[in-house]
Amino acid sequence: MDAGLLLLISGLLLLSGSAFAAFCWAARTGQFSNLQESAGEIFTDEVSERHAVDHSVRLPVLLFLGAGIIWLLLGSVLGLVAAIKMTHPSFLDESAWCNFGRLRPAHLNVVIYGWCSSAGIGVGVWLMARLCQAVSRQGYLLVAAAIIWNVGVLVGLLGILRGDSRGIEWLEFPGYATPFLFVAYGLIAIWVTLLLRHRRCGHLYVSLWYLLAAFLWFPWLYGTANLLLIWQPIQGSAQAAVNWWFAHNILGLWFTPLGLAAAFYLIPKVIGEPIHSYYLSLLGFWSLALFYSWNGMHHLIGGPFPTWMISASVVASFMMVIPVITVAINFHSTLRGHFGALKWSPTLRFIVLGSMCYTFVSFQGSLQAIPGVNGVLHFTDFTVGHAHLGMYGFFSMVMFGAIYFLMPRLVDWEWPSARLIRWHFWLSASGITLMATALLLSGLGQGLILNDPAIPFLTTLSWVAPFRMIRSAAGGLLLLGHLLFAWNFILICRRAGPEKSTPTLLAEPEGVA
Amino acid sequence: MSHLPRLFIGIFATFLLAWLGLVLYPAINLGHLAPFESSGKWYPEPLGDLAIAGQHVYAANGCVYCHSQQIRQPSVTDSDILRGWGSRPTVARDYLREKPVFLGTMRTGPDLTNVGKRLADPLWHYQHLFEPATVTPGSIMPAFRYLFTIQKKGDIPSPLAVPLRGPHAPPEDYEVIPTPEAQALVAYLLSLNRDYPLPEAPEPNLEKQP
Repeated sequence: MDAGLLLLISGLLLLSGSAFAAFCWAARTGQFSNLQESAGEIFTDEVSERHAVDHSVRLPVLLFLGAGIIWLLLGSVLGLVAAIKMTHPSFLDESAWCNFGRLRPAHLNVVIYGWCSSAGIGVGVWLMARLCQAVSRQGYLLVAAAIIWNVGVLVGLLGILRGDSRGIEWLEFPGYATPFLFVAYGLIAIWVTLLLRHRRCGHLYVSLWYLLAAFLWFPWLYGTANLLLIWQPIQGSAQAAVNWWFAHNILGLWFTPLGLAAAFYLIPKVIGEPIHSYYLSLLGFWSLALFYSWNGMHHLIGGPFPTWMISASVVASFMMVIPVITVAINFHSTLRGHFGALKWSPTLRFIVLGSMCYTFVSFQGSLQAIPGVNGVLHFTDFTVGHAHLGMYGFFSMVMFGAIYFLMPRLVDWEWPSARLIRWHFWLSASGITLMATALLLSGLGQGLILNDPAIPFLTTLSWVAPFRMIRSAAGGLLLLGHLLFAWNFILICRRAGPEKSTPTLLAEPEGVA
Repeated sequence: MSHLPRLFIGIFATFLLAWLGLVLYPAINLGHLAPFESSGKWYPEPLGDLAIAGQHVYAANGCVYCHSQQIRQPSVTDSDILRGWGSRPTVARDYLREKPVFLGTMRTGPDLTNVGKRLADPLWHYQHLFEPATVTPGSIMPAFRYLFTIQKKGDIPSPLAVPLRGPHAPPEDYEVIPTPEAQALVAYLLSLNRDYPLPEAPEPNLEKQP
């Protein structure tokens, strides 16, 4: 490694370190006025104002969520068929459109850009309007964005299925689909800028920080990846570096901040008390921004890259313990004394389970980045299990929770069926637990066998087969849960059932007014 | 901290740091490697037009979701080499010609870094793509029969016809012809041979298991 490079890296590390230290010092010595008081910002808006704000984004949010739920169902079916093919390769094997090699990227992209991004944007713009305490005046921008975005996803899906996939993981959409996403995103960005201009909130609550960061980082990530991998591909293995920097950071810097923004708003809202330590939440935000962005290269351990790049990501991956643990401690302390609310609040149930998955999946990720561990687990089902825990166990759960919270406020109607919510929760929770457990065990054994050259390669297949069957069954549970969720969503949109004067809860609340 | 500009600058700057370090610098640094010349030949050897077309078939049909093209450093794991997938770890220069690079993330199937050297017979690949389990019993690779056409035999059998056994073999008077896509894919697979020597990647001395 040459001296200039060493200097550059040390410089960057030093800069990050001092920025971090400066922030800790500033927060500790009271440079920010009334830090803990700011945590109460989310309780300052008047009910009538809040109602007006909610209604101003109703149509676009409904469009994003509705489309997202359609993609969720389709994505679950695609995933399930792909999963069955891994144990029964002759299942639906005549048509090119149903080939595993096309269904798998179709599943991933539909779930990522269809369900997760649509739901994330829908929940995100609603949250942003609430946190800015600003009535949205340019809702038409978002409506157009929702339509264009989802047309883009549809075009991309058909492109993959007809055989135009790029074969670059997480970026399989063909070149004619991505411009839709960019145009849609541009409209959202204009809307966000205009909304911020007429915000009426005093303090910018931490959820807003996460949202702003996510909405700034996403186009940067997606633009960089498309530019350097598809429009003007760079040379050789540098592509893989950009690929994994993108694929990991789309999780860490797009979905994670969207999910955390929702959790930081909704947990205090549901229990009616501000977040335990506002200082910790800011610390968590900046450490996430500093460390998560350096992740990604740990997907390439032992690969054709300069060691320093991989080391940087391994270190950053370990540093992720800081933001994760601050969030975990903060949520736990906020909820202390309110755990009973998990019995009755659908929102809290989903979000707390999601947050627990976030803590678990992040620690797991840090461990997976240890080179020795990675050497065993890298090319196995373990990674697939990890990805599902992150995107489903954490992100999708939080989105479900947020949707259960915001829908009654958007359509002025309570959820028609508590039973459907309860079933959705238990099917999702048991489905993801079963799926993750099966995949992690499958991957662990697969990795150990692969790493013992004395055992024939085909042995890995007989090891993974039963676990992959369990995975398919778990996928069936998830699909069933999603069908119930979608049914309930249709019912609430149609304002079905008798009018209720109180929220739909899963049990009688104890000691709550 | 209700100052939007300050927040914005912070969000921007933290990400910029990582972007400079992990994207811009490697894009510049790794982006200008040159092929290696040894006794009048250039390594990695440039891809022919058919093989380049095959790269797209490889991408479009998702080979990368089960097959890697990467021999890892023995310091991380020596099994990639001991399994006979390659005699040395692959380095950045091995991927100069790839667009895109298929390092892969999953080994449901074996590594393909040097598949063109290990399995050099195009006929094997055609039979395997048409119906994998007849060639490798126990394989769960999908059948790519849509990359072939079945036609009635003419007076002279086609030189491209693939001899087949197994449940999906055509009737007696029919023959199976690989489509141009299948031919391109096989040309690409046969081009995968990265066992040439490179100065920056010496062959490690590992004890081969019996």
